[in-house]
Amino acid sequence: MKKITLKINGELRSVYVEPEEILLDVLREKLGVKSPKCGCDRGDCGACAVLLNGRSVRSCLVLAIETDGQKIVTVEGISKDGLNKVQNTMLDKNAFQCGFCAPGMIISTTELIEKNPHPNLEEIKEALSGNLCRCTGYLPILESVQEATKEEHHE
Amino acid sequence: MAILNDFKYYKPKEINETLQLLSEFKENAKILAGGTDLIVHLKENLVKTENVIDIKGITELNKIDISKDNIFLGSGVTFTEIIESPELKDKLPILWEASKKVASVGIRNRATVVGNICSAVPSLDSAPALLVYDAEIVVQSKNGKRTISIHDWFTGPKQTILKPEELVLGINIPITIHAGVYEKLGRYRGEDLAQAGIGIFVDEIKNYRFAYCAVGPVPKRMKKLEDFLQGKEISDKLIEEATEIIPSEISPITDIRSSKEYRTHMMKIMFKRGLQKSMAILKGGRS
Repeated sequence: MKKITLKINGELRSVYVEPEEILLDVLREKLGVKSPKCGCDRGDCGACAVLLNGRSVRSCLVLAIETDGQKIVTVEGISKDGLNKVQNTMLDKNAFQCGFCAPGMIISTTELIEKNPHPNLEEIKEALSGNLCRCTGYLPILESVQEATKEEHHE
Repeated sequence: MAILNDFKYYKPKEINETLQLLSEFKENAKILAGGTDLIVHLKENLVKTENVIDIKGITELNKIDISKDNIFLGSGVTFTEIIESPELKDKLPILWEASKKVASVGIRNRATVVGNICSAVPSLDSAPALLVYDAEIVVQSKNGKRTISIHDWFTGPKQTILKPEELVLGINIPITIHAGVYEKLGRYRGEDLAQAGIGIFVDEIKNYRFAYCAVGPVPKRMKKLEDFLQGKEISDKLIEEATEIIPSEISPITDIRSSKEYRTHMMKIMFKRGLQKSMAILKGGRS
């Protein structure tokens, strides 16, 4: 067992891990961070996405030990002070049914608008592709992101 | 799913330290960069190892070096880093386009080009670009450095010429003025392996280079096609004639993702479209 320390959603956390432990399992089972989900468990579905040092990664394909000293943000961190504009729009538009893909979609959207605050539909599709949703046919999800990132007033 | 196989984890900061570990462990070690292949293989018990060596701590391997006539991509360079470099978009458009077509953002943020060629699956997206660029792979062991041509690199499906005690430092790619594309056939965007892929390179002095992935055991240059077109002015008629050579250049198989016939048919179409597109880019000048 090795002790690793990482910053999760702004908070320093330490945990003992074996080298073969997967980040997703450690987040969910040892650290109680439950928003990343285990879908395909092989990097195809996007449900386990987290931001690692600002970039979305598949936490099912990362060893926990690799993240020692690094920064992780999950939906818990994004929603710390309540839902943000994108999340509220998703709520209004019934973007999700079962919600299993929602964390991954929100992580990918967060990463996208960090770099590109007003993406066009093509850019949104590119950023969200690789997040599989089996309920909604993607349309309301794409529409929510489009709606929430529309250029309307100066910030 | 947990990884059932126990291993030790190393994160060296220096190349020499890594080479020392590799010479000690030989076959019994795996290099970890992005992990997007290795972790899946470990989970699914396709790979067993007692030692995992994470090379992300070696700063030297994370660099992109652009000189006057050469580009060096270190082993730690991810597809996202390639996509985000305007210089690479300009100088290596085929590799840049291929990088954009690899899986999804979440994978590209971790996966590396060198990891891609080390996994050496027949469908690897970066290979056609590297083949038409005549890239060279720089590897090092405790006994010294050597350079391997990309044309000698792939020895079979998931097999490369790399020895267990060797570490890939990066890839050298000569800079040439050219235009080109990477055409990929996938079932959907975001997370699919290529069913067929072709890299196309054209330049002002009527050099034409083609390389495929996913339609043969290893990615390869299409020499007959190149010889046929070399020095000629591209016309619709010539493209039609050249298309007929394609079936003799490839050896696709039928598997769960598509049939041999479909792959062959689509390779002809992708060749045609890709060459027309490349010629248009060449004539339109480089943006």
